[in-house]
Amino acid sequence: MLTNRSKSFWLLLAPALIALIIVLFIPLLTGSYYSLTDWNGNTVGSFIGLDNYIKAFQDQGFIDSLIFTAKFSVVSVILINVIALMLATLVTQKLGKWTTLFRTIFFMPNLIGGIILGFIWQFIFNKAFESIADLTGIEFFAGWLNTPATGFWGLVILFVWQMSGYMMLIYISFLNNIPEEILEAADIDGASPLQTFFRIKLPMLMPAFTVTLFLTLSNAFKIYDQNLALTQGGPYNSTQMAAMNIYNEAFSMRNMGFAQSKAIIFLVIIVVISIIQISITRKKEISA
Amino acid sequence: MMKTSRQLSIKKSSVVKNSNKTRVSATQKRNNKKKISMILLGIVMSLFWFYPFFLIIINSFKTKAEIFQNTLTLPAGMNVENYRTAFEKLDFIKSAANSLLITVGSLVLIVFVSSMAAYALSRNTSKISSFIYFVIAIGLLIPFQGIMIPLISLFGKVSMLNQPGLMIMYLGLATSMSTFLYYGALRGIPKSLDEAAVVDGANTFQIYWKVILPLLKPTTITIIVLNLLWFWNDYLLPSLSVNKEGMYTIPLKMFYFFGEFNKQWHLALAALVMVIVPIIILFVVLQKHVVKGISDGAVK
Repeated sequence: MLTNRSKSFWLLLAPALIALIIVLFIPLLTGSYYSLTDWNGNTVGSFIGLDNYIKAFQDQGFIDSLIFTAKFSVVSVILINVIALMLATLVTQKLGKWTTLFRTIFFMPNLIGGIILGFIWQFIFNKAFESIADLTGIEFFAGWLNTPATGFWGLVILFVWQMSGYMMLIYISFLNNIPEEILEAADIDGASPLQTFFRIKLPMLMPAFTVTLFLTLSNAFKIYDQNLALTQGGPYNSTQMAAMNIYNEAFSMRNMGFAQSKAIIFLVIIVVISIIQISITRKKEISA
Repeated sequence: MMKTSRQLSIKKSSVVKNSNKTRVSATQKRNNKKKISMILLGIVMSLFWFYPFFLIIINSFKTKAEIFQNTLTLPAGMNVENYRTAFEKLDFIKSAANSLLITVGSLVLIVFVSSMAAYALSRNTSKISSFIYFVIAIGLLIPFQGIMIPLISLFGKVSMLNQPGLMIMYLGLATSMSTFLYYGALRGIPKSLDEAAVVDGANTFQIYWKVILPLLKPTTITIIVLNLLWFWNDYLLPSLSVNKEGMYTIPLKMFYFFGEFNKQWHLALAALVMVIVPIIILFVVLQKHVVKGISDGAVK
């Protein structure tokens, strides 16, 4: 009915294809070309081959931002998924009305945009922590976001608070899909809750990990709004993530061609990591 | 491990034979104890999770001097002056209307465009169809920053920034994911339904409109929920493509507001609470749909 020759087939597809071509594929092509020029946003740049790419790998600020992003991503992906799994296990314990209340509260931060979250935590780290430090005299709470380390952990805390509830919902839906009989059988066989968790629930959650790891990993890598609102990359660019480095290169420095070469490097890194992650978790899914 | 657990089960079953009643009440007691400790743990975790909101709310009612003194105590009185000022400075109604227009406009486009595409692809098993599906799936992997610069430059050149441009950009950025989800759902809708409608004399578009789209409603809810949170909260793309102050969305306005009133936390906090509360209320009201939407989106 909707064969290749039928007009309807192409009419139904046309809007989606046109949108994808305009928004994704043309910029992908022109962007690849721009990355080989010294384009500054106004005049058409002249072709300079791979110079931008060579420069990008020698740009310490860019390399540092990539390393910072990678560290941030690894730490937050682990924390988010461990915490989300704990929250999901807690919420699926048949707690009656409490279930909805807990679920609502844990998910709440996810409703709020990165810019606003950044400002909320700026207040917590700068003002509330300061009050705690004054009150208790504990040095730990003083001067947050003023050092690279506290900036890093500040971003991690913000992102974990934001994303854990979202991932929790995904884990909950997979946990609820585990047949009741299996868990009852394990209970009758005398399996401890920990044994049930590691031997039964975790293997059956493998398909969930494909989704949650993809979402947390790519969201962590692409983070920008939170970074801008919480630390603005400071102190001294020490908490600048890759996305912010690219943004500033393009829209503050106006080195569009150079920035685009960084963007392409960034794109390749994300695509490679995503493909590796998906193929690993898919394999685990099948063997489990 | 397995041995001991088997031994345990043998032991247990012999106990069951002897005194079924005591076993039931014992496990019940154990379960009740477990339940109470789980609830307590949940309450502690929830308080911990909610505390940042609590701090923001109590401090939003304080004067500048009060905040300077201590941020951990309750406010002396319910000072709503902060809210009045923040409401004005944020141009709250206008910013909210701008956000709403862009969010709703983009959502409507995405729902129709991607469900139509997924319908066409799912009802055609040719090589061309699977190739197009593959091309659309590529879009899932491309990070926004990878195309951000040429995209903004392209839309700037053809003077398509601000609201219409923003909607088209969101459409293009969200099409892959949405088509992907609709396609998954469509595989579960038997083709015999379409064929029956053809026999009844319906054309392709009538089938799409009257048969397919209503059946896709659960997926539509998923797509609306996932994209709504993104569009409503996004800062990066609007910051690059909205260049008229009258068209600022809430996150944009919030950012400039914050720059302007940097050290005036009493105003900033009132503004933060003001933009957070509506979306939280909306969530609590529509919670069932949101939770189902996100779960379905992940399982498919």
